[in-house]
Amino acid sequence: MNSLPVGETFALGLLAYTVGAFASLASWRRPKLARYLCCGSALAGAVLEGCAAILGLLQGTPVRWSIPSGVPLFAYSFSYDALAGFLDLTLAILVAAVAIYSFSYLKEFEGRRNIGIFGLLFHLLLLSLTIVFTSANAFLFLIAWEVMALAAYGLVTFYHEDPEARRAGLLYIIMAHIDAGCLLLGFALLTQASGSAEFSSFHAAAAQLSSSQQAAAFVLFFLGFSIKAGVIPFHIWLPAAHPVAPSNISALLSGIVIKTGIYGMARIFFDALGVLPAWAGVFVLILGVASAVLGVLYALMEHDLKRLLAYHSIENIGIILMGLGSALIFRVTGHPQLAALALIAAMFHTMNHAIFKCLLFLGAGSVLHSTGTRNMDKLGGLIRPMPVTAFCFLIGAAAISGLPPLNGFVSEWLTYQSLLAGFGATGGLTRILFPIAGSMLALTGALAAACFVKAFAITFLALPRGAESGHVHEVPRSMLAGMGWLTMACAVLGLGATWFLPVFDAMTEQLLGLRVGTNLITSNGLVLSVGTPHGGTVSTAIIGVGLLILLVPTAFLVSRGARRFARTHGPTWDCGLPGLSDDNEYTATAFSKALRMIFSALYQPRREIQAVFDVSPYYPKEIHFESEIEPTFEKRLYAPLQGLILWFSTRMRAVQAGSVHAYLAYIFITLVVLLLLISRQ
Amino acid sequence: MIEVLVKSVIQLILLLLVAPLITGIIRTLKARLQTRRGPDIVQPYRDILKLLRKGMVIPNTASWIFSATPYIVFGTAALVGLMIPMTATDAPLSLFGGVLAVVYLLALGRFFLALGGLDTGSSFGGLGSSREMTISAIAEPAMMLAIFTVALSANSTNLSEMARSAVSQSWRFLAPSQILAFSGLFIVLIAETGRIPVDNPATHLELTMIHEAMLLEYSGPYLALIEWGASIKQLVLMTLLVNTFFPFGLSSSWMVSGLSLGLVFYLLKLFLLACCIVLVETTNAKLRLFRVPELLAVAFILGALALISTFLF
Repeated sequence: MNSLPVGETFALGLLAYTVGAFASLASWRRPKLARYLCCGSALAGAVLEGCAAILGLLQGTPVRWSIPSGVPLFAYSFSYDALAGFLDLTLAILVAAVAIYSFSYLKEFEGRRNIGIFGLLFHLLLLSLTIVFTSANAFLFLIAWEVMALAAYGLVTFYHEDPEARRAGLLYIIMAHIDAGCLLLGFALLTQASGSAEFSSFHAAAAQLSSSQQAAAFVLFFLGFSIKAGVIPFHIWLPAAHPVAPSNISALLSGIVIKTGIYGMARIFFDALGVLPAWAGVFVLILGVASAVLGVLYALMEHDLKRLLAYHSIENIGIILMGLGSALIFRVTGHPQLAALALIAAMFHTMNHAIFKCLLFLGAGSVLHSTGTRNMDKLGGLIRPMPVTAFCFLIGAAAISGLPPLNGFVSEWLTYQSLLAGFGATGGLTRILFPIAGSMLALTGALAAACFVKAFAITFLALPRGAESGHVHEVPRSMLAGMGWLTMACAVLGLGATWFLPVFDAMTEQLLGLRVGTNLITSNGLVLSVGTPHGGTVSTAIIGVGLLILLVPTAFLVSRGARRFARTHGPTWDCGLPGLSDDNEYTATAFSKALRMIFSALYQPRREIQAVFDVSPYYPKEIHFESEIEPTFEKRLYAPLQGLILWFSTRMRAVQAGSVHAYLAYIFITLVVLLLLISRQ
Repeated sequence: MIEVLVKSVIQLILLLLVAPLITGIIRTLKARLQTRRGPDIVQPYRDILKLLRKGMVIPNTASWIFSATPYIVFGTAALVGLMIPMTATDAPLSLFGGVLAVVYLLALGRFFLALGGLDTGSSFGGLGSSREMTISAIAEPAMMLAIFTVALSANSTNLSEMARSAVSQSWRFLAPSQILAFSGLFIVLIAETGRIPVDNPATHLELTMIHEAMLLEYSGPYLALIEWGASIKQLVLMTLLVNTFFPFGLSSSWMVSGLSLGLVFYLLKLFLLACCIVLVETTNAKLRLFRVPELLAVAFILGALALISTFLF
């Protein structure tokens, strides 16, 4: 089987991205050509990378190749193994959708913005993402990581005339460099231990690390990767940066760029660092729970559609971390089967979240494209002018809320099952953590459903609010096709989950040393089970079919009855007042009012009402209403930190006296100290 | 395959028939306890039949979501009913969805019901949807903790396995963990089925409506489907309680003799649980909306205590 051209296809894909970068830059004077080159080569690259991933899966053995660079420790090493292939496949699915979507989406840039620059940054992002997933050398990884951060910065600030985008970009680039710094230190630790920067050498070297060194490496890597993934409390850049980028880029940022953090954790924690102690898993699990619950709670308070989606990314990263954390705990407590189950749950949710979040961002992009606003309180009734977008968004919303029979349900089900098993498999206080995490996952799921009822209903249903929704139109076909492709993926991965699960076999074998795919599937591949003899089972395919069997005859009977008896249209009950208007409707802010009151300890809501009246306060002429919630982390954690840094910098200013004599003295002192140091050795 | 289909049809018929009966029993009992005569026990059947043969008015502002909602609410409730053991431990579709699928399918129905409420553009609909989603979100962790406790003692989330494990140790409900889990789930049942003290099923006052506010614009067959679906959901949740905690009389096979005996026991248990619900409804006043989280916090704590006591005792 070693004859499959995995590496060649992969390299061709990289070439397509590279060509796309320079071709679209070169044709920047001809926007239309640039647009076609940019999207066409991205699509070609996605198809090639997708093929490479499928070929890699068929082949089953990792493909590695290395080109020496002549510089010590640094080599162009790639390893196309199960984990890399899986993420490359996810990336390819997303890039295909985004490339198709962008054919029409980028049209509005023509004549207004430089598509050449956009294409360059876009392809650099794709290229660096692919290399991050496949590199097998720490330095190549870090270079790709940095290029990815810079390309993303360029795209976040693409609407650079907008001060909000510039501010968000600055915050993003600062956080990105803190995380790159942490990773650099972490890799320096590993490289020092193994004497090589190749990933393959780390595993053996990890055995020689002392437990404190291992802990230090874990903390550094966790910090680095969780800043990138947007884990609470390192999330503050995410809801700022993702919404301000062009929508097709937001889709990639939330869909796959934050997943590089998850990829890094899977790669380093399960492979390079050896077997981590249980506290590491507990730590990951607890932060996962915190991210999931707080992420969705903050999302509920948003009425900016794209910011709402960005907060949901934090929530879903939390759900993924619950799976990863459980897997780490199970591995060290000697339950490889359960570890594999939890790892599959985490990685499957990684892919699922990438797909539906990309879909939702593209949907939000379509709404923004046709209405010009992201503020849900000014939208409404879009299901009539934009039926296809509304349908795609609805499927995405149901999938992210974990509703059966879509893909989000399958991965959340697997996460629940691994948490449930955790109670029996561990001892002491750790065991109580699992059911609590499970109930918090239930809370997260229900709150996410509430939030997406709000997001979908306020945006797409009922009467239009404000003038913006008046003259809207459905978006062009290619944008619909991009969304349709992801909608289909949500349904297929949900209904056909059992046929997809064997894909994870190679990954669990690589990271944990066992294959569990066959244990998880029973009854002729129809039923998903947890692998224990009497354990839980579920079949999304049967649920889907069962719903259809129950719905179709009922619908048939009722519609026959409705034809016989009258079916009339009439106005909605308006309490006898003349005419229902958009003033009567619930808004996004009103919808989340109950939760804002219940969780007021967290939100610290502040509101101001000012009534202007002539005669009596009971007949106000106009009312000003202002309401906001406290940005807790920014205010309580980051503001003091920022103050501390500023204070320290002000103190350091004393050193910078501006006098040449003083600087000469510094140089002289440094020289003397260095000479002393050298002479002592 | 054929066997599953036959079992499903039998259980579906049972489900569709028993669900309105329970609603009728609760209404009649409640009336009697409040020294009213109240409607007949079969009144819910009459309501459904009548509504199915009436015309309907669709709001002008509504989209296809409004029309799809009744089918989805009804369909998810009926499908869930096939996954849960009613008279025999072996539920027709229990292999294809355990307790987690039950919870999430009910959430799917609720998701659409809330959308349907908002789709009309009326502020009542929005009010109902907002409150329904809020309360269900807060009830969810308590429900999951209690379910986890039961699932742990059965070592499975498969409902038939859970029932089988309960049958094999039929006095297990006396264990502290089971009593605590039952109490927690009972509170969740009250909240999920929209009963006093959380919601008042008989009210149409805007300050107190939750579930009814979402259905305000529904009429005719659509309303019938939603009401029927709601009573099936109530039956399913009650069945979950009686059969996983008190497995008496559950038939281990689908033989006619076992099934008929099982049915008698099942109806008796449902009747007793209905009595409890009626007692709670009659002796309590409806809570203010913002006091409901406190009640559900009690349920959550009961669930947590139940879990802790599984490994203490």
